[in-house]
Formats: sequence, C-alpha cells, structure tokens
Amino acid sequence: MSNNSHSVTDSLAAVSGVARVEVAGVAVLDVIACGAIASSVREISKRRGWTVQIHALSALLHDRPEKIAAAVAEIAFRLVSEGRRVAVAYADCGSYGEVDRVCAELGVPRLSGLHCYDVFGGEKFIEKVFESEPGTYLLTDFLVRSFNKTVVKELGLDRFPELVEDYFGQYKRVLWLKQGSDPLLDAKAKEVAGLLGLPLEVFETSDGGLEYELEKFYGNGYADGGTVKDTEMSLTAGSTW
Amino acid sequence: MTQDELLKELYDATLVGNQPRVIELTNEGLTTGVTPETLLFDALIPSLEEVGARFERGDFFVPEMLIAGKAMSKALEILRPLLAETGVETIGKFLIGTVKGDVHDIGKNLVDIMLEGAGFEVIDLGVQVPPEKFVEAIKEHEPDVVGFSAFLTTTMPMFKVNINALEKAGLREKVIVMVGGAPVTQEYADSIGADGYAADASGAVKRAKELIQQRALARR
Repeated sequence: MSNNSHSVTDSLAAVSGVARVEVAGVAVLDVIACGAIASSVREISKRRGWTVQIHALSALLHDRPEKIAAAVAEIAFRLVSEGRRVAVAYADCGSYGEVDRVCAELGVPRLSGLHCYDVFGGEKFIEKVFESEPGTYLLTDFLVRSFNKTVVKELGLDRFPELVEDYFGQYKRVLWLKQGSDPLLDAKAKEVAGLLGLPLEVFETSDGGLEYELEKFYGNGYADGGTVKDTEMSLTAGSTW
Repeated sequence: MTQDELLKELYDATLVGNQPRVIELTNEGLTTGVTPETLLFDALIPSLEEVGARFERGDFFVPEMLIAGKAMSKALEILRPLLAETGVETIGKFLIGTVKGDVHDIGKNLVDIMLEGAGFEVIDLGVQVPPEKFVEAIKEHEPDVVGFSAFLTTTMPMFKVNINALEKAGLREKVIVMVGGAPVTQEYADSIGADGYAADASGAVKRAKELIQQRALARR
C-alpha cells in the first residue's frame, strides 16, 4: 500500500458499519468537531497517540443550531463516501434530533447527550443541576475563554449592552464546568458572572468525559502512536478560532 | 417638522431602536396634535412590521429585533392610556407564558413584541408558568389566544399538561391554544391537540390572526 492509497479493512466495517481507512498502515479517524471542543479533541488525541484528522466547524454555529446538522452532513457525506471512518464530536447541540438524523443516515457515531455540558459534567449531574435550578447558565472553559466573541458580540451586547437583562434576566446563577486549571480563566469567569449580574458557582471537572466518548469512537485501548491533523475548513463550513 | 416628517422619523427611529428619540417623537407628535392612532398605525406598527420582515429575510437578528421592540414598547407606554380613552379596539387578546420548568423567554418576548406591534393586547405571565396559573389567568382575562412557549425538549411535554388543565377547568373550547419554541414542530403541535403553531414571531402573529378569524367565522 502506498502512502497515497487507502485500503479498507472489512472487519472493522463489519463491526462499525463504516469503512476503516489506513494511511501508511495507520488507522485514521476523521472527527468532525464543534469548534468549542476541537482543541480538547486535539489534545486528548495527541496524548492518547491516536491518528486523527480533525475537521473543526465554527463554534458560532451554536448561535444558529438549525444549521449544525447540514454543516456536519456536508463534510460527513464526503468523508463517508470516500470510505473513511468518521465520528461526530457534537452532541445534539440544540439541533433537536437533526444531528442524530444525519448520523443515523451515514452510520456514524456522535457524542452522547444533549450538549457538550453533558459530556463535561456528566448527563446525570447536568440533569440535577437543572432540576435544582432551571435558571442556571452553564459555562465551559471554552465559553469562558471566548465569552466576548461567542456571547457578547454574537448577542449584540457590545452594541446594545442594555439587552443583558433581556437575555439573562431569568437566570439565577452561572455554573462553570471547569475543566482545566488556569488562573486567567478564574478571573475571566468572575468577570463573566459579574457582567451577567449573577453569582458564580464552579464545578471542577475535566476532559475525562470527552476522552471517554472519543475512546468509544476510536476503539477502546487502541493507540497507534499516530499524528493529529487539522483540516482547513471552507468558509461554508466555518472556521475555528 | 410636518406631520409626515415626524411620522417618517418615528418610523426610522423605531426601526433602529433609538429609544430616547422614539419617546421624544411620540411626545412631540402628541403635543403638536398628531393622534395616538396615527402615531401607532402610521409609524410604529409599520416600523415593527418592517423589523419582522427584515428578521424573516435574515437582514435583522435577535438584538436588532429586541432593541426595536423595546423602543416601541416605550412609545406604547405613552400611547396605551390615550388609545384606551379613544376606544381603539385591539385585534385580539393574547395570553402568553413560558411553561413550568423553563426559564427561556427571548423567543416569547419577540412574539410579544410582534403581537403588540400588530395591535394585539398582550398579557405576559413570564417564565416557569405552572398550569394552574394559566388556568387562573384565562379565567381572569378571557383571552382569545393562549400561547405556550418552551425552549427545551424536556419542558415541551408541559404543553399537553397545560391543555389537559384547560380541559379539566372547562376552558379548552373557550380559548385558542398556540404553541411555539425552538424544538416545537407543526407535527408536535398537532399531536398534542394545539390549535396553532408558528416557527417564528412574525409567523405567530399571522397564525393568531388567522385562528381568531376562523373562530369568528365559525361562530356566525
């Protein structure tokens, strides 16, 4: 097999329903990832020694969740038709079943849960969070880091700061699902809560939930010492930042 | 400034959500003898209709719609008592709320804005509204339409719970039930026995008008 050719391993296809591609004898997993978690996917894959091609879509798609499934489908369809092994690093993400529909049609797996909060915090924990206080505004490390761009700018709060009450007036608290340890993010999270006029609570978690999900995609216990690559996405699909 | 110029400027100021200017122009109009109905029907409502049209076309987004709606609400605060005095009839009375267990209200508030802009009287019960509160409010206000809003798949089942509560209270046939929210579909609305559904705020206004007309015709 040359470096440029792809061979299909039928045994895996039989198990997963999709073909497995090898490049230079190394299994490749194409992960279509939300920009909000693509960096975590990258870090975990590098640490675990998985050969992963990451196709990151803009996290800003979450502002128009009805477009997520189509954006995922566009890439997934091409990759699957090329015989590649694909996984989708999205939860339902407000698509209300549309991401599931695409995944089912193409026979590719996705992250479990409704949102990445379920992946980072655990579905049962998040369920309890909303049972105890429906007015909980959740943050992840990504959201804390990118709050000005993903939330303030996207909601128009930079232009109309008076809309804070309209958007967040019904919330009672901010709960940060803190994955890492970064003093700068600690300060930023306090700043975000202050901007929203809400108390900040912190739940210390990790990327473990995401790693567990990715491990299911890649194959339990499997490591090939491979490399992690990013695909430059078209403007249609969006870009990470 | 002529009346036409004032109305044009009020239209423009509402469109861009310039709240101080909208208040100023509304007061100026009243002072100079422009009737509340003229300010409402020749400037404010057309401006909000344009906001809705731009939102549908994707030229306006939620912040633009909210800011324009807030400006119009300020003008309505001034005009509402005057309109009541002159006996201007509303298109209909619309009671609305986000269902129990759900705090999301941006979509509901956009519907409020568009309904008010179209001439409806809107009674907003807020968020996390339990079925019994809807029942009591329907008894008190006797609305033409009640609208249930939900943003979460986990709170959507409250639509049916609310409808059951209306049936139990003997109110179901007296009020049109509309449902909406990001996860809601026409199929879902049909499956729970709602009378109407709309995918967005402008659609909700159109559907509410249609349903009120249909009911009026059916009662003739």
